[in-house]
Amino acid sequence: MNRSPSSTIARPVSPVLLPVAGMVAVALGAGLLGLWADWWVVIFAVEFTLLVIALEGLERGLPFRFHKPYQSVLAWLFPALLLAAWQWLATAGIINPRWFPPPTRIAEALWQLTVTFDRFNETSLIGRPWLIPARLAESGWSGVQALFAESHVWATLSRMLIGFVVGAVPGIVIGIVMGLNKTVRAMLDSTMSAIYVLPKIAIFPLLMLVFADPFGEGPKITVVAISAFFLVALSTMAGVQGIDPVLLQAGKNFGANRWQMFRHVIVPASLPIIFSGLRLALGTSLVVIVAVEFVRSQSGVGYLVYYNWQVLSPAKMYAALLVIMAMGVGLTTLLQFLERRAMPWRS
Amino acid sequence: MHDKVIARAANKVYPSMAGDVPAIANFDLTIKEGEFVCLVGPSGCGKSTFLRILAGLESLSAGEARIVPGADPRKPLNNVVFQEYAIFPWKTVLDNVAFGLEMRGVPRGERLEIASNWLAKVGLKRFASYYPAQISGGMKQRVSIARALANDPEVLLMDEPLGALDAQTRAVLQEELLRLWEESHKTVLYVTHSIEEAVLLGDRVVLMTAHPGTNKSEFEVDLPRPRDLSTTATARYAELTGAIWDDLRDEVRAAMEAQR
Repeated sequence: MNRSPSSTIARPVSPVLLPVAGMVAVALGAGLLGLWADWWVVIFAVEFTLLVIALEGLERGLPFRFHKPYQSVLAWLFPALLLAAWQWLATAGIINPRWFPPPTRIAEALWQLTVTFDRFNETSLIGRPWLIPARLAESGWSGVQALFAESHVWATLSRMLIGFVVGAVPGIVIGIVMGLNKTVRAMLDSTMSAIYVLPKIAIFPLLMLVFADPFGEGPKITVVAISAFFLVALSTMAGVQGIDPVLLQAGKNFGANRWQMFRHVIVPASLPIIFSGLRLALGTSLVVIVAVEFVRSQSGVGYLVYYNWQVLSPAKMYAALLVIMAMGVGLTTLLQFLERRAMPWRS
Repeated sequence: MHDKVIARAANKVYPSMAGDVPAIANFDLTIKEGEFVCLVGPSGCGKSTFLRILAGLESLSAGEARIVPGADPRKPLNNVVFQEYAIFPWKTVLDNVAFGLEMRGVPRGERLEIASNWLAKVGLKRFASYYPAQISGGMKQRVSIARALANDPEVLLMDEPLGALDAQTRAVLQEELLRLWEESHKTVLYVTHSIEEAVLLGDRVVLMTAHPGTNKSEFEVDLPRPRDLSTTATARYAELTGAIWDDLRDEVRAAMEAQR
């Protein structure tokens, strides 16, 4: 804090101005030499590097208490800048708006998907929840159910979550048994590991054969359940095997019976790994269900992406992708919340 | 005082691909009720194995090693204070101390009261609601000691409990152990590789030979109680540790040769 006033002022100026001047010089120089069309990747890399140098110079010039807020500003501002650049490049025609529609068009498409009811498919994006009071008065609970039934998001979410739970719960149970009992482990481990590496989406056609209604919900839910099961079972097994043996010995030495061992030692000790398995399984479930909806579905967000490819409306494709991202973020956040609740000792 | 721990011709053999490996051979030990016995030997001599056999965590291959039950059949025979603390990260300090009581079905109110009394005795009352990850190594070992004492076992088995702590924390905990023992006069089997610690804490120091472990010799520690760290400055203390070291040196050499 003993720096002289002149140095506090003098220091930040050149570390910021110099790289900014460099950025301008590179941009103009490349323009003059006609390098943009062929060398834009390299030019962007140089410009980005200079930008980072300038921004870091700016941060060093700031008082320490502003360093953290500065990082948050960067974290929001830069993505906003990218969006703005996208918008400008698309409207100016520098990038093809057919494949890269400007963000405003995507937002508009998202709004259209949300508010309109597709009469052909009898679907809507989120099921028009603002109609719930009217439908409830009109035809009671069945009216609300009809709204749920028309929702793409709900279709995907219900398939995925039912499949996830149906797969994960037995996965945890089998995983714990395999972790605790070396005979069961010896019998099942090689088979499970072999099936684990198989991309589960590959067994979807087989499941369509197995189920009476190949186009119904059965095969879709099952393929998600199978994907979740193997991930959760094998990571739970690893978690149980990884329990520090001295904790098991302490439980035994202090008189825990089998059930008490399970409840007070084995389950809490393997929870961290169980949850990391659940996180993996959740991500995989979303991948699998979207892929299944590409192939064989008349509803769901995966179908929405695929359908809008078929009718060539990219803005709606992007909108559907945004919805899938939001679902992924929402579900992951929910799982993290459950994780913190289940393991208060780790936060 | 009658005998509390009895071991006669105790043998422990580990099976291996190259044949059976003896860990303990014909080891004898008797501990009287209320006696503090330190078991000392070179590393790998089987002293911890013997403690774990008494704790019921490992089986005996041949011979006898048992704890004599007391008048109250509900009282647990033994509890272990582990070198690695082995307290449960998912339980609060208070719940950790109450663990043994909870497993025995002591009602919640009663067990928490007993546990918080023990927490007060080890100076951790303030940390009752903390999780183990939030406290230091020395505090964790205090929790582990309180957990064992709260369960009030016939015999307290301590397996190098201060081995993982730094020298200063260890000194503080040694004094705390002396104070706690003065209050309870529990029967203790204390495994350590530190002769200094054994002489400071114990009534008797039992030496084991290098691998496989068997009786080497025994030393009565006639230092007056109550003791504290100033005991280590007395001439008798120096004499005892010196004598024990003279006796143990060759075994330590042998153990080093064997490990190489």
